[in-house]
Amino acid sequence: MRTIPFLIICLAVGAAVFAGAIASGNDYLFFAGYVVMQYIVLATAWNILGGYCGYVNFGTAGFFGIGAYVTVAIHQWHPLPIPLLVLIGGVVSAVIGYGMGYLTLRLRGAFFAIATLALAVVLETLVVNWDYVGGSRGAYIVRPEAIAPFGSYIRYMFMIMMLLAVAALTVARLVERSRLGYGLATIRDDELAAEAAGVPTLRLKLIATTISGALMGMAGAPFPYYIGYLQPDSTFGFDYAVNAIAMSLIGGTTSWVGPLIGAVLLGSLQQLATVTISSAVNLLIVGLLLVFFVIVAPNGILGLIHKYWQHKSDDFVGRRRVDLEAAAPAPAADGAPGAPP
Amino acid sequence: MSDLLEVANLGKRFGGFVALDNIALSVRAGERLGLIGPNGSGKSTLVNCICGTLRNEQGSVRFDGRVIDGLPAHRRTRLGLARSFQLPRPFVSLSLMDNVRIPLLYTVEARGAHRAGAAIDDHCHRLLREVGLEAKARALPRDLTQVEMRKLELARAMAAEPKLLIADEAMAGLTHSEIEDILALLVRLNEQGVTVILIEHIMRAVMSFSRRLVVLVSGRKIADGLPEEVMRDPEVERAYLGQ
Amino acid sequence: MIFSFDLLINAIVSGILIGGFYAAVTCGVSLSFGILDIVNIAQPAFIILGSYVAYTLNASLGLDPIVISIIVLPAFYLLGAVIYQIYYLAFERRGQESLRGLAFFFGLLFITEVTLVLYFGVDYRYVQAAYIGPTWHFGAIDVPLRILVPCLVSLLMIAVLQLLLTRSFIGRAIMAVAQDQLALRLMAVDPVRIKRIAFGISIATASLAGAFLIIIQPVEPSVGREYIGRVFAICVLGGMGSLPGTVIAAMLIGIVESLTATFYGPSWAPAVSFGILLLTLAVRPAGLLGR
Repeated sequence: MRTIPFLIICLAVGAAVFAGAIASGNDYLFFAGYVVMQYIVLATAWNILGGYCGYVNFGTAGFFGIGAYVTVAIHQWHPLPIPLLVLIGGVVSAVIGYGMGYLTLRLRGAFFAIATLALAVVLETLVVNWDYVGGSRGAYIVRPEAIAPFGSYIRYMFMIMMLLAVAALTVARLVERSRLGYGLATIRDDELAAEAAGVPTLRLKLIATTISGALMGMAGAPFPYYIGYLQPDSTFGFDYAVNAIAMSLIGGTTSWVGPLIGAVLLGSLQQLATVTISSAVNLLIVGLLLVFFVIVAPNGILGLIHKYWQHKSDDFVGRRRVDLEAAAPAPAADGAPGAPP
Repeated sequence: MSDLLEVANLGKRFGGFVALDNIALSVRAGERLGLIGPNGSGKSTLVNCICGTLRNEQGSVRFDGRVIDGLPAHRRTRLGLARSFQLPRPFVSLSLMDNVRIPLLYTVEARGAHRAGAAIDDHCHRLLREVGLEAKARALPRDLTQVEMRKLELARAMAAEPKLLIADEAMAGLTHSEIEDILALLVRLNEQGVTVILIEHIMRAVMSFSRRLVVLVSGRKIADGLPEEVMRDPEVERAYLGQ
Repeated sequence: MIFSFDLLINAIVSGILIGGFYAAVTCGVSLSFGILDIVNIAQPAFIILGSYVAYTLNASLGLDPIVISIIVLPAFYLLGAVIYQIYYLAFERRGQESLRGLAFFFGLLFITEVTLVLYFGVDYRYVQAAYIGPTWHFGAIDVPLRILVPCLVSLLMIAVLQLLLTRSFIGRAIMAVAQDQLALRLMAVDPVRIKRIAFGISIATASLAGAFLIIIQPVEPSVGREYIGRVFAICVLGGMGSLPGTVIAAMLIGIVESLTATFYGPSWAPAVSFGILLLTLAVRPAGLLGR
């Protein structure tokens, strides 16, 4: 399928969801749907670097928070329309993603992961010390009551987030099927061999980090208007990071479909569950699911579906056994990297 | 013919261990060079320094008329310097087709040769056919035997359309006839104008292929010349019998 | 903000003392990340767990927190050994440690934190001990005992660890496991067993570090986050896996943080270690005493 038809189908699905929510007459659906859409953007963005390229970013909350606080800062100065804020938030967090990548992506992936893990803490420190955006007390943002032609403001915000989700999925799909996607896959598989084949690994990693950071920042930009009261410690908490990672890994990282499945599933479950159980229990479940999946089903739901179909369509009973044996590489195959030959 | 590759007093250390000590080596365009030495003599380290996988602390490498010190590995590949890895390093999530497609997309196209998708597909098939893997074009590397992985490794290096191909132990574990196949392939490449450096333990293969032989022992070059003469060199004999 | 010599000296002294404690917090990661190449980002969560164990037993039995942490060392060691076994079977053996192994430890970090929140709530908890109140004065220099005691015990613990690593057979096997697994196999030593022991030890240090932490400051479940950047900054700066390097780097970061807190305000301190981490990674990834 080409990109344009894909985009049209996505938009049609989005329009149907939107129409359905309006028909229900319940604005709570928009509030819940907004969060699910937001997680689609975050998980898809995370997967562009994490899933395609194999570099783990723990700083989802950091990039998301950049978008949110750029909006707060601009709001204090002069309220701008949300689509514009989304663009600005995207640019700022893209720049920060590029900078962090430039400093740490030359090294092993673990260092990048650690740096992103610490990023949220530092950004929180910055915001806490920045009175203009409310400091540690937090910032109130008054959401306009209504906007034409949507009626209530939340409908308008839901639509923006849904368009962002469509955009994120389209970008992810484009990356996946392009030369860039092939290049990222070689980095994930074997960086040395990728370089030897002519793949400019550092540049591709930077591109992926920048795209991923930009999308996360864009997802954060409308957030202050959604939540009304923005606090540094909840904005920069681990919740976003753990959700983005869990959704991607539980859905499956090899294709854009995985994060979508993960985000819709986990996102909706959480929206349902917050009504009945506390948000802490909710997050505990996400954490447990994450650990469970990475141990038991490392290729996520997509991997399970794939396996099921392969199993069904295979006439040879032996086929699966061969797969399992081949999947476990000899432990000595890689040796100690960097050891003198 | 001019020198395609020129290595001048190259040195590399790992901590206190001297892996390469003042190596000098010139390779003319079109040559068939054999590089031998006992295990741990620094052959792979030399390849890694030439190809940019490792940085040499000392000395310099010239390739095709320009100094390439400090260039990242992918730039060197694009200049025409391709290598296969001693332990095969396939892209495990990509099919064999896609494995050989990568150098076409990232090296050959970066030189300005744009081809349509179908032409690239054809080319991938041809490359796999040359190493006898065409039947497995859609398979994943994990379905290959060790021997087939070595062939894939070679096909991927060839896909980069290099001026100089460094084959790092491409034949370990292969049968007689497979070795003959690979040797014939390398000779054919060489006849098309590709310079080949063959690193190999299998002496019969080295002797039949090489027109010149270089011997490394403990990070030093101890011999460089016609294969028969080098093998008669008492120092080389000592190095091989002494281990 | 008046610059005074007394303030400066006091800042440096307290930086060194806190640095001694940071060394205890980091040595577990120096062992796991630096030597075993296992990116255990969950270490800070295990340290907080150690704090809560010390808190619970201190509150119920009135035992000294450091004594408690020594009593529960075997439990922490066992926890570490179990975690390594899972990590080995599920990730290391499959060659998936980079992406999924990291996610696994992140999940552990998160689960531990949330579980503590659910069980203890988000109130700050603290412990009782004789040395928590008093402060010794040497001229203008103040030395609070609640920092001095953890610092000294921490240095003692690291000295013991260093002796273990350099003098015992197991220790030398641990140092060798990352370098040369083949040599270990030739000596009929199972590398997996050695790594399990080493990882157990690395988690066991979290028990002591957790007790130190709750002696020095009141603790709530999310305090561990501040230590992520700090711990890895120290580990990298100290040269990845060198315990003497860890102590030096820990004191250095302690001093810089303490100076920042004194002259710019304590709310800036968490950013210091991150800045140093980024700088180290960008300029000298081999660390201060790097090879």
